[in-house]
Amino acid sequence: MSDPIPDSTAAIALAPKTRQVTAFRRFLSKPLAVGAAVILAIVVLVAVFAPIIAPFDPGASSLKDAFGPASAANPLGFDSAGRDVLSRLIWGAQNTMTGAGIALIVALVLGIPTGLIAGYYGRWFDSISSWIVNLVMSLPAMVVLLASRAILGPTIWVLMIVMGVLVAPSFFRLVRGIVGNVRNELYVDAARVSGLRDWRIIGRHVFIVVRAPIIIQVALVAGVAIGLQAGLEFLGITSGDTPTWGAMLNEAFQNIQRAPMLLLWPGLALGLTSASLVLLASGLSDVLGERGAPAARRRTRRNAAPAIVVPSTSVPAPAERGALLSIRDLAVSYELADGGVREVVHGINLDIAPGEILGLVGESGSGKSQTAFSILGILPEGGSVSRGSVTIQGTEVIGLAEKKHRELRGTVVAYVPQEPMSNLDPSFTIGDQLAEPLRVRLGLSKQAAKARVLELLQMVEIADPARTCAAYPHEISGGMAQRVLIAGAMSCDPDLLVADEPTTALDVTVQAEVLSLLRRLRSDRGIGVLIVTHNLGVVADLCDRVAVMQQGRIVEQGSTEQILVAPEHPYTRQLLGAALDGVDARPEWQPRTTEVSA
Amino acid sequence: MTREHSLLEVTDVRVAFGSKGFRKAPNEVLHGVSLDVREGETMGLVGESGSGKTTIGRAILGLAPVSGGEITFQGRRIDNLSARRRRSLSRDIQVVFQDPYTSLNPAISIGDTLSEPLLAQGYTSRDARRRVGELLDRVSLPADSLERLPREFSGGQRQRVAIARALAISPRLIVCDEAVSALDLTTQRTVLELLLEIQEQTGVSYLFISHDLAVVRYMSHRISVIYRGDIVETGTAREVTDNPQNPYTRKLLLSAPIAQPAEQALRRAAYEREFASAAK
Repeated sequence: MSDPIPDSTAAIALAPKTRQVTAFRRFLSKPLAVGAAVILAIVVLVAVFAPIIAPFDPGASSLKDAFGPASAANPLGFDSAGRDVLSRLIWGAQNTMTGAGIALIVALVLGIPTGLIAGYYGRWFDSISSWIVNLVMSLPAMVVLLASRAILGPTIWVLMIVMGVLVAPSFFRLVRGIVGNVRNELYVDAARVSGLRDWRIIGRHVFIVVRAPIIIQVALVAGVAIGLQAGLEFLGITSGDTPTWGAMLNEAFQNIQRAPMLLLWPGLALGLTSASLVLLASGLSDVLGERGAPAARRRTRRNAAPAIVVPSTSVPAPAERGALLSIRDLAVSYELADGGVREVVHGINLDIAPGEILGLVGESGSGKSQTAFSILGILPEGGSVSRGSVTIQGTEVIGLAEKKHRELRGTVVAYVPQEPMSNLDPSFTIGDQLAEPLRVRLGLSKQAAKARVLELLQMVEIADPARTCAAYPHEISGGMAQRVLIAGAMSCDPDLLVADEPTTALDVTVQAEVLSLLRRLRSDRGIGVLIVTHNLGVVADLCDRVAVMQQGRIVEQGSTEQILVAPEHPYTRQLLGAALDGVDARPEWQPRTTEVSA
Repeated sequence: MTREHSLLEVTDVRVAFGSKGFRKAPNEVLHGVSLDVREGETMGLVGESGSGKTTIGRAILGLAPVSGGEITFQGRRIDNLSARRRRSLSRDIQVVFQDPYTSLNPAISIGDTLSEPLLAQGYTSRDARRRVGELLDRVSLPADSLERLPREFSGGQRQRVAIARALAISPRLIVCDEAVSALDLTTQRTVLELLLEIQEQTGVSYLFISHDLAVVRYMSHRISVIYRGDIVETGTAREVTDNPQNPYTRKLLLSAPIAQPAEQALRRAAYEREFASAAK
């Protein structure tokens, strides 16, 4: 069979490795983060090349120069022991960084592998390691460090190893949490079915996801480590033999009356470095954040904005406007990240008479949901109606003040969403959620609202309204949840129901019941319905009229009979041709006569 | 009861998942399910959400624990295998999952995703690269897809990648778990055609799991209907969809609306006559 891949060309037109490039560019567009990275780079360079850069030995003291002033050879002057402050500062960078590095390495080595194993395999290893981690996290870090000093001696490096152990849990928890989620992703299952060994799956599929969060965490923990280390030195807990910024602070503090300026330099170095680490971490998390997230269920369509001007619709707009809903030349646009504008609905016309059910049909990305959202005035962030008119019972809703629009929603037009479960708040009972709009909107008393809720649940054919009323959303089925949402939509007796794929998430047997319900609501109460769907069977079952949408345009519109039995537009024919309703069942299996090699 | 040409046999399989509470009874989702797939055959498995249809597929793939009964592949037991034996079985049994958005690792390029199973089976990297080229061609994806990440592809294209991954080591059986359910109608049709074409050429068997009876009927030689962890009806596609014996199968069949208004009105009337009164 010939194989049309509609948007393959769009994908191929992209430059390879778009992602890495944009991640780097996005980083460059953050001045604070770039500044922080530059400062850190300088600090690291200074630390690495300290032996070359430092003009003097940091330990060489000459008592005659104690508290000596700055000079050309000693630009920052001398400390209380007559040592060159600049040289101590430079060596301090090396020692401070090494200390933080030791703590980090210990934390990474302990935290990441255990986190990976605990997250991936769970079971006893997870229980035991989580228990140990909780124990370590409940220990007060300073007290443990003080105790370690008493037992292990005042060497700063040993204390930094202890600190590494103390911060390891933050890596363990981070990694374990992410891996626990990734383990349930289908691509990990697929890799297992492909015959990959566990360590390969962990190394490739799992580690790649935790990489970015680890980098961010490293920057944060480095800041903490430097701070704690300086704190220890400042308190004089270490021997103070090694020139570090904390030791310099301690020494300066003892002489604060005599030479207050001595506090400035190590303080500045510490402040700048810590602040840079925090800023870098937040910059990195902005840039890398979404990369590490599990697969986004988002469909990115790369339709460029149409360069050619097309007639706004292929179906001419009827002169008379629909009494219940009327849309003329509606266009919806989205602002793009680069400042451009992309139009997703290119000027459509629709009408619904009172009591009429109109189906809006199309594939994903055709703009059918965008049309529904514009009627309700609930377009997502960045989207707006760029031209055209939408009237509901003669009232223009485009450009209507939000307050007026809100009055219209619920009382005149109501909405039934696609995912029933995610539209119910899990922490309130069904009864509470249905009663609230009644009390706010219609000003009913608590009693009256409750009675009305029971009535509504009865109307949507829920067998035991009182029980459902008291139930929480997780206690009811998906089909029941959709009935509850329809009840909610009907609560203020609207004239128009906008239903966005109301049965897509439901089983077919439940779908049949919900469709019957919608049909009965129309015949009993005379409401008009705009139903957005991709399912032509639903259209045939329920709708009086159909509009077929493709790439933001309505290509064909007419009675259900007309469109489904005698379609005129090639796209409608293609859609109907792809449906499998009339196709013959596959014939019986026959053993193959010839062996075929795969 | 080994039948002629039989490839996979699932006999009285039970699957139960332990529940989290202390001393709670495990939750059994399959209560003794039997089915078989012959060489080059498509066995359709249709059921609604919560029926256990996905669990059967996962039990066959070794992703769900089998607590009773047995699964044999080419006469050998494959339930509860050791990790090592299971890995060698991956040469014969593969999978295409429902969601093309989560079944491919977003951070790994298409080329690496496809060569992964080949390298795991001991291909050299040069042979793997050649085979990946063939596979892309086989599923009609452009050759320069190799360097790209999944997010640069549409749903239908991603599903083609997933099919290519399943085909990589020329398996005998592919479990298709709702393989086209997330796709648009026209894309769905082209992917189904691709699966049929591959079966025609390679003689691979499919266990085709779906909630959509129309799709299953089109794809399958035989169909089993599963309801709440039990198979309620099995037969040729024609028997099951034209003359269903089990009331649940009838309900499933009649409740799926079709795109012909006049005929759908009749079906709806039949459905309401038969089931709506019972529901109340």
